Amino acid sequence: MDGTSEVGLRINGKPFSRVIDNRTTLLDLLREQAGVTGPKKGCDHGQCGACTVLLDGDRRVNACLLLAVSLDGADVTTVEGLADGDRLHPVQQAFVDHDGFQCGFCTPGQICSAVAAIAEARAGWPSVVTPPDTPPGPVEPTAAEIRERMSGNLCRCGAYVNIVAAVREVAR
Amino acid sequence: MDFLRPASWEEALAAKAEHPTAVPIAGGTDVMVEINFDHRRPDVLLDLNRIGELHDWEVGEDTVRLGASVSYTRIIENLRSVLPGLATASHTVASPQIRNRGGVGGNLGCASPAGDAHPALLASGCEVEVASVRGTRMIPIDEFYVGVKRNALAPDELIRAIHLPRADGPQQFSKVGTRNAMVIAVCAFGIALHPSTRTVRTGIGSAAPTPIRAKAAEEFLAAALEEGGFWDNGKIIPPAVARQFAELVSGAANPIDDVRGSASYRRHALGVMARRTLGWTWDEYRGNERSARCA
Ligand SMILES: Cc1cc2nc3c(=O)[nH]c(=O)nc-3n(C[C@H](O)[C@H](O)[C@H](O)COP(=O)(O)OP(=O)(O)OC[C@H]3O[C@@H](n4cnc5c(N)ncnc54)[C@H](O)[C@@H]3O)c2cc1C
Ligand code: FES
Ligand code: FES
Repeated sequence: MDGTSEVGLRINGKPFSRVIDNRTTLLDLLREQAGVTGPKKGCDHGQCGACTVLLDGDRRVNACLLLAVSLDGADVTTVEGLADGDRLHPVQQAFVDHDGFQCGFCTPGQICSAVAAIAEARAGWPSVVTPPDTPPGPVEPTAAEIRERMSGNLCRCGAYVNIVAAVREVAR
Repeated sequence: MDFLRPASWEEALAAKAEHPTAVPIAGGTDVMVEINFDHRRPDVLLDLNRIGELHDWEVGEDTVRLGASVSYTRIIENLRSVLPGLATASHTVASPQIRNRGGVGGNLGCASPAGDAHPALLASGCEVEVASVRGTRMIPIDEFYVGVKRNALAPDELIRAIHLPRADGPQQFSKVGTRNAMVIAVCAFGIALHPSTRTVRTGIGSAAPTPIRAKAAEEFLAAALEEGGFWDNGKIIPPAVARQFAELVSGAANPIDDVRGSASYRRHALGVMARRTLGWTWDEYRGNERSARCA
């Protein structure tokens, strides 16, 4: 063992394999080796959400907290993989329509996170602000629900009001 | 740094026996922070993610066997009715992204006094199943935390699962932080009513070198409830009893001053949380009793 391993995964549907240093995070692999620079490095320790990607479908994770070698065989979707050709994903379109950003640094992570948040609410997963007596079924996307469900993504520019409006439009 | 990826539990135990200093990695939400910031440079990482059974849980008649790597998200989604205290605490851990990866095994592995699972685990009265090539043993949660960020694991041992009694009564968890998501708790409190044994258990986080129980408060409350016949008559707990309980909880803490809060603030907040969560759980118990009597 020399501290490297071969890893093979799918990034936005395309196979990618490489021998990498075992310490490489998924975020560094995406940005520095695969040329996928949508996910951003804001803090490198799980606090800002700028690196959020979707793993194996719509499970959102912080790419900075994952070792790439542990993801052999995984399916990773970044903001680059959401659009359908030239047609933006509904969440991307809503961020444009509602001006859900200023500098845009947090946006790729916000959008990936929102895609998962909407799927979770539709699937009926409760959050800490969901009233305990809520009947099973899709959770009503109130502003409070969206704020809580998007709480893993920070925006230094403070575009929160418009982000909530964008997510809400799609979640409805 | 070497990276070991055992495909089975037996292989993982063999690897840990051969490399006792290997750092296990489950969700990685604690380990990766240390690696990215160079706080820790393990020679060997032991990846537990290929071991399917660590992600499974079994709900039995009396207990739930929770695999060490079951994520907080899965706990919230699937185990709310049988483990309400732990599910409530899970809701407040970090962010949705981190809850998708992190789990109770990692929280126990760190044994940080600020870990949110600990108050709920202490209040439930669970046991931690640990194993090595030498065999398996059960560690009662009261004996698990042995010092600041130190637990009772031997160097060759791994956590396999947590065995929690199914809730036999209402459970609550409350934490104080500057905002709900992504804050390390300033202090936290968990309570579980156990009507089947007529006992109450508690757990306190971030207010002593390890997570602790407020045993004097538990004993006082159990005696007061028994004496007043409260378990049977379901009356409201008198304010004086609730106040005394809260004071004993505050008194059990041994907090420090740090950037997140002063010791006296922590003691005060614990008393407030103790009184509130007792009120919530007791209301729920009375409600259940009443509907059981009507049915
Ligand atoms: C931004 C951020 C916010 C956070 N907020 C919170 C919070 O609000 N509340 C909270 O409680 N925690 C918080 N944490 C800490 C962390 O998410 C939790 O402690 C989580 O439970 C760790 O689980 P994991 O599976 O990711 O652990 P890992 O990082 O994989 O492991 C943690 C430790 O446990 C050991 N370990 C893991 N599995 C085993 C096993 N099966 N046997 C033996 N040892 C094992 C590891 O070697 C390591 O020492 C936060 C972390 C971050 C990055
Ligand atoms: S860069 Fe990953 S959460 Fe900030
Ligand atoms: S738009 Fe600038 S950080 Fe969010």
